[in-house]
Amino acid sequence: MNSIMEQTVNKNGYNIHFIPTKKFKTVTFVAKFRAPLDRETITLRALLPSVLREATKNYPNRTALQLKLDDLYGAVLSIDGVKKGENHVISFRMEVPNEKYLPEKANIIEKALDLFTELMFEPYLENNLFSEKIVNREKATLRQKIQAIRDDKIRYANIRLIDEMCKDEAYSIHVNGYETDLEQITNKELYEYYENMMQTDQLDIYVVGDINTPEIETLVSRHLQRNGNHDGNPVETTVTRQVTKPKEIIETEPIQQAKLHIGYRTNTAFADEDYPALQVFNGLFGGFPNSKLFVNVREKHSLAYYASSQIESHKGLLFVFSGIAPEDFEKARDIIREQMDEMKAGNFTDEDINETKAMIIHYLRETMDSNHGLVELFYQKQLAGSSKTLEDVINSIKAVEKEDIIRVARKIEEDTLYLLTAEGGKSDE
Amino acid sequence: MNKKTYSEIEEVIYSKKLENGLTVFLMPRKEMEKTYAIFTTNYGSIDRTFVPIGETEMVTVPDGVAHFLEHKLFEKEDGDVFADFGRMGASANAFTSFTKTAYLFSATEHIEENVKTLIDFVQEPYFTEETVEKEKGIIAQEINMYNDRPDWQSFMGTIKALFKNHPVNIDIAGTVDSIMKITKDDLYTCYNTFYHPENMTLFIIGNIDAESMMQLIEQNQTEKSFPESIEIKRSFPEEPEQVAMANSEIHMPVTVPRCTVGIKESHQKLEKDEFLMKDLLTTMVVDHYFSKGGKFHRELYQEELIDASFSFETNIDKSFGYTLIGSNTTRPEEFASKVKELLISTKEEEITEEEFSRMKRKRIGRILRAMNSMEYIANQFVDYYRYDINFFELISHIEALTVEDVNNFLKNWIRSERLAVCTILKE
Repeated sequence: MNSIMEQTVNKNGYNIHFIPTKKFKTVTFVAKFRAPLDRETITLRALLPSVLREATKNYPNRTALQLKLDDLYGAVLSIDGVKKGENHVISFRMEVPNEKYLPEKANIIEKALDLFTELMFEPYLENNLFSEKIVNREKATLRQKIQAIRDDKIRYANIRLIDEMCKDEAYSIHVNGYETDLEQITNKELYEYYENMMQTDQLDIYVVGDINTPEIETLVSRHLQRNGNHDGNPVETTVTRQVTKPKEIIETEPIQQAKLHIGYRTNTAFADEDYPALQVFNGLFGGFPNSKLFVNVREKHSLAYYASSQIESHKGLLFVFSGIAPEDFEKARDIIREQMDEMKAGNFTDEDINETKAMIIHYLRETMDSNHGLVELFYQKQLAGSSKTLEDVINSIKAVEKEDIIRVARKIEEDTLYLLTAEGGKSDE
Repeated sequence: MNKKTYSEIEEVIYSKKLENGLTVFLMPRKEMEKTYAIFTTNYGSIDRTFVPIGETEMVTVPDGVAHFLEHKLFEKEDGDVFADFGRMGASANAFTSFTKTAYLFSATEHIEENVKTLIDFVQEPYFTEETVEKEKGIIAQEINMYNDRPDWQSFMGTIKALFKNHPVNIDIAGTVDSIMKITKDDLYTCYNTFYHPENMTLFIIGNIDAESMMQLIEQNQTEKSFPESIEIKRSFPEEPEQVAMANSEIHMPVTVPRCTVGIKESHQKLEKDEFLMKDLLTTMVVDHYFSKGGKFHRELYQEELIDASFSFETNIDKSFGYTLIGSNTTRPEEFASKVKELLISTKEEEITEEEFSRMKRKRIGRILRAMNSMEYIANQFVDYYRYDINFFELISHIEALTVEDVNNFLKNWIRSERLAVCTILKE
């Protein structure tokens, strides 16, 4: 394996992580602002990325900003917010071609870094506030985005499942915010929150590419000065929650294909010693095309077009997703539950285990071939407070044995079953 | 084996046309963890009328055979090929488009075994009446899932509005009715005709050694026998210049309507140079006007006719070409007439030197960025190769474009009878 290491430097108010590698024809900058998930601030945080993406002090409208990015050889910029366990993370990402492949030398790294820090710390303001027009416009866009989730039935079913399953937990907070809160947000409130966030969020910056590390470090230090209060500790995500009796929720929509999604508590999170075994469990159960769910629900019984499972690593959750004909609900549910029982009973072979381990290691190494993938791998480790190198992670998966997987399986409890189906339980054709 | 070095982008590619007709490309990338291999046949959903190998008369097969074949090749007498890849730590996949069917894997170990598995499963079909019948249920589910998706409905709906006769207007997977008619014999007929090595390309990129890999592939191919290759005769119906339907509506459960304006970019066979010009300039011009920062994007945005779902795409191929510009919008009629008005106004537009050099910089930068992905390199290379265009020379083709080229293009680009609108509305 080609070794990839990160070098981390603690600066005043932020960490900077360098990931030097010859894999890419670009240089990538990522800045991550992190705060606890909170029902009070989530809609503000959902709205901020698109407001900041619109304009900066020196590029006061989206056209000026975009032309600047185009000039930097089509630099790509994105700003978004995601849930990481019970943290909310806003990421700024910018990527420019590495100068050595360009027909003319343009000092592009420094220019890009200049713009990158301006996007974060020098937004476009009118009377010391965000532009009223931009904020209203982006509120409308976010409202449409919140409403459009209903059209993506797989995503919608998953959000509904988490709503029901994690009702009183921060994890159920919607990452896009809430329509009712959105109406109330004023320009002033948003700007005050932004200032507060820039001061108090934990900030990590990543630089990936064929770079000269000391040179970039000097550049970043020159461009980025930050003071403020940030304790640097990620929010502890609450992992355990007693499941008393599994819930079953059935809702209808005019659709042809029903979505059957099931949520479980794994009682195992990223930093736990059992986590590698949980990864192997998931691979065997529903993570891969040769898994129990795929083979039994989709192939053997031709019941579903898709049937798979996924783990949420910080919160300790497991989800099963399947798309089925509405009339097959009971049959599909029973087969999914049977597969879970098979896992708990240890009904899988050493050959299955070895294959699954190989697949997990493959995906991990594959992620290391992507610039953004590398950043996410290192950030996930950082969030969980893990000091393992990527090699350690691979070795710990190799070390998983059958009894580890059975032990992990037996800790898993079904929490909520959610079915989104056609009215009357039949396809409405 | 030919070796070609592209020093400006630090890439080396090896190639060889084997005796049985198969074209092989190898690109060692030693710094990567992964290897990606893609085995492609020039056979897609539009190839429905053709002369089968060894016969003399044209036949027309049921819609959806190319996609059905893609599904069926993964199944063998002794099990599923996915499992074979799985055992070797690889993830495999396949896709069918209008013009090609591709089988691929990526792996970080057992590369040679996985390459053999890839070639062998595609070259050793196993279809029985029984397994063909069973697959129909799975594909019908897949078709139904696509039918529930507004984005897919709006894509296919616009294509259907643009093309009257060309089979690009048929869903890639066919319909539930058409796939029920597919027989084992249809599959073999299409397989034998279109999966001949002469019609196929194998591209491998990643952590490989070119010499030994080429040897392995040649060895594998020498052990198999194929009939003499013949040029495949395909037939496409006459396609009029104008669109099939200027306006069409689809009703389905959506909260926000979606509207797409389609441009019929081409409707008949393009020659190499014509294709290259059209492909580069259409992509750059559409991007110039409709990407964020573009003049037309700004107008649509300011009039609140579009939201974050706004998107555009251009696909120029040998026998057809289209551009689609679409968005979720609460005012679909206004969106459509505004986009059409803007498009028609391009006749009077003049792009300046400065603008054009920025357009070129952006396009070059974006290609370099996309080259971070080995999948992108492989897929693009194979696509352009069908036109005898070398993907790695694309950057120099872009550098050579002049502002006169783009302004001439603009004068003739849009004609109102080549525009179509498709709207997805609430039920």
